[in-house]
Amino acid sequence: MTMTIKADKKKSAATPEQGIKVPVYQTKELNLWYGEKHALKNIDLDINENEVTAIIGPSGCGKSTYIKTLNRMVELVPSVKTSGEILYRDRNIFSSDYQVEELRTRVGMVFQKPNPFPKSIYDNIAYGPRIHGIKNKKILDEIVEKSLRGAAIWDEVKDRLNENAYSISGGQQQRICIARALAIEPDVILMDEPTSALDPISTLKVEELVQELKEDYSIIIVTHNMQQAARISDKTAFFLNGEVIEFDETDAIFSNPSDKRTEDYISGRFG
Amino acid sequence: MRYIEHERVVKRMNGRLVTNVIFKGIFLAATSLAILALVLLAYRIITQGAGHLSLDFLSNFSSRFPDRAGIKAALIGSLWLMAVVAPTAIILGVGSAIYLEEYAKKNKITSFIRINIANLAGVPSIVFGLLGLTIFVRAFALGNSILAAGFTMSLLILPVIIVASQEAIRSVPGELREASLGMGATKWQTIVKIILPAAIPGILTGSILALSRAIGETAPLIVIGVPVIIQFLPAGIMDTFTALPIQIFDWASRPQQEFQTVAAAGIIVLMIFLLLMNSIAVIIRNKFQKRY
Amino acid sequence: MRTSVQEMIAQSKGKKNKKFMEKMIPVILFLIASVSVLTTIGIVVTLVIETITFFTRVSVADFLFGTTWLPFSNKQELFGIWPLIIGTLKVTLIAVIVAVPIGIASAIYLSEYASETVRRIVKPVLEVLAGVPTIVYGFFALTFVTPLLQSVFPEIKIFNAISPGIVVGIMIIPMIASLSEDAMSSVPKQIREGALAMGSTKFEVAWKITVPAALSGIIASIVLAVSRAIGETMIVSLAGGSTPKFNGDFTDSIQTMTAYIVQVSKGDAGYGTTIYYSIYAVGFTLFIFTMLMNILAGYVSKRFREEY
Repeated sequence: MTMTIKADKKKSAATPEQGIKVPVYQTKELNLWYGEKHALKNIDLDINENEVTAIIGPSGCGKSTYIKTLNRMVELVPSVKTSGEILYRDRNIFSSDYQVEELRTRVGMVFQKPNPFPKSIYDNIAYGPRIHGIKNKKILDEIVEKSLRGAAIWDEVKDRLNENAYSISGGQQQRICIARALAIEPDVILMDEPTSALDPISTLKVEELVQELKEDYSIIIVTHNMQQAARISDKTAFFLNGEVIEFDETDAIFSNPSDKRTEDYISGRFG
Repeated sequence: MRYIEHERVVKRMNGRLVTNVIFKGIFLAATSLAILALVLLAYRIITQGAGHLSLDFLSNFSSRFPDRAGIKAALIGSLWLMAVVAPTAIILGVGSAIYLEEYAKKNKITSFIRINIANLAGVPSIVFGLLGLTIFVRAFALGNSILAAGFTMSLLILPVIIVASQEAIRSVPGELREASLGMGATKWQTIVKIILPAAIPGILTGSILALSRAIGETAPLIVIGVPVIIQFLPAGIMDTFTALPIQIFDWASRPQQEFQTVAAAGIIVLMIFLLLMNSIAVIIRNKFQKRY
Repeated sequence: MRTSVQEMIAQSKGKKNKKFMEKMIPVILFLIASVSVLTTIGIVVTLVIETITFFTRVSVADFLFGTTWLPFSNKQELFGIWPLIIGTLKVTLIAVIVAVPIGIASAIYLSEYASETVRRIVKPVLEVLAGVPTIVYGFFALTFVTPLLQSVFPEIKIFNAISPGIVVGIMIIPMIASLSEDAMSSVPKQIREGALAMGSTKFEVAWKITVPAALSGIIASIVLAVSRAIGETMIVSLAGGSTPKFNGDFTDSIQTMTAYIVQVSKGDAGYGTTIYYSIYAVGFTLFIFTMLMNILAGYVSKRFREEY
């Protein structure tokens, strides 16, 4: 598939009058504290299905915290407290009968630094399906191939599936991590600055991949790179000091920001 | 097509969560078991031996009669032993560590010394006893004196002190070193005036822990031939002596039930001795922690 | 006029003995550092020479293949090492059965589940457990564990392999737990997060990610602990007995290699007797066992180390 078609698709998805959007995530009055530090303040955001939502902002603005709240990974920090709610497909993810493990099988995540397991490439991809009870070797083989193809890395690694995932380059490792997330067929993929540790060519590959994945998944991507947000996202949220300053169509944010601070940030005046 | 049906994932979820809770319980139980062992050990020994503890127990020599048996000779003997082991082991250990960290070039001899130290740490203590018996007791004709035992024990704990001192020296920031050398100080001046003072808490902590190991060691002393029944105190390092663990071993291996009480009392004295040393090590460690 | 600091420095620099000192110190320190090497050489030479003397009196074949150890016999002394090896292995086996599951389970708990507070309490406790002198453990085995075992299984003798085995196991738990915990803690946090973010439970992370990634360190910790168990002396001397037997009975009195050396050293086997030299032959055997274990541990942790 060529990039031009993709770009057209992006344009059409971004037009507001294109039918009713289904929200996957609805964030309502979300507050979050690390101990005494108030890191997220009254966040209200709706994130739609089959869109790429970019979250931008200077470091320390809470964008990473927010994306990690969406799959409750933020709770690994012992002193975290939250209030408000986040509805994922109309269920509050903080409610006591919602197990984090169940949430996280629906919501995949890709991290800043590639973090493949110290296992073979094959076992990395098969890990998720295996913990969900798939043992049949033939089915696993199919899932591995499908996921690696989905992450556009099948051709590069198909002959070395049994090699350790750390034997390939950082950019390839990151796509292995994306494939690993795809293997459990999630609904949403969270990406926390997925290209910050990659070289420009690998970054481009991941960006192209995000465009393709949008067909089947809802993607939320945190990035410190504004050009990246402009290139790949349909909607953009600008975070500053734990607050959402502006949330709109990406084109609107970058061409005609309504808030002065947004304008300052995207024009590079701070951050 | 989809391979992973969400309904099935949810159905299996409970089983996986239960497995997680069960195993968490198992892991916690195992950890508690290790702690329980320590509590049980301490409880047993205190209840067995506390009744026999008295000033008389500290000031009497050992005896054939349980109620008169005391620990004086062993306690003083262990102190004498420390008086030899502490300077010997610390000088050898810190000297080796300085050499390895500051002077040694990266060559085969150095890496051989390092590997050798690691392997020496794994040699059973009783084998050190055999070394001491042949070299110090017989070849150097030191007999079963404090000096022979002290040298043997020093070699036994040497690897521990070397490794601890190496770590302490390594943790001294390079900038301090460069600052001193940059003022024209010689290497040795830098080591004595800058690096050692900065590394001394780590060195001391490691050394005290190593010394407390030496106090509790029994096997090498037995092999060297340290006697049990001694009715006098040593006057110098060439005298024969006895030590706490040897005395406890003797009491514990006697058939009469009453001597078990005496042995337990001896163990309490030994453990208090060790606890004191460890507390000093902890105090030093806490006092000097994170200074850079 | 006052001399400047620079002049004073120039004067003191002139002193020759300072330069001499700077040259001598590395030499002196090198000599000190070679003490550890000399110790190893001393151990090996001592054991080899005295063992050779032993073999002038007892044939190597009798020692290596004999299944009877009867050094104190009036009629026919027999020096077949196997009963002592069997005794050592019995205790080691029990110790491993006790310590490996508990040690690894504790390590998993500490590295994967425990909060920072719990870790701060438990780790010093393990350190204390590791610092308890073996004579204390021996006394505990003899006066507590053995009677306890006997009250449940009356067929167990006062000296046996099970009681010292259990207590040696308790002794090596801290070693396995803390070395394995080190290995698991060195698995980067991001890898765990990757697994958790896919909906893994903590147990799945521990069992499928952390433990396999730390496996070389865990195995090395077990091998080192086995080496400690083989060389352990006081627990087996007090609670194991002094009757070397060539059988598979764990409930009966045994003798380990180390306990034999203690037994001879306690008595007065005169210098120069065959019995005197036998402790070196036994010590040499013990040394080889533990040395092989240590080398194996080093090999495992180097050869199979995971890169991340």
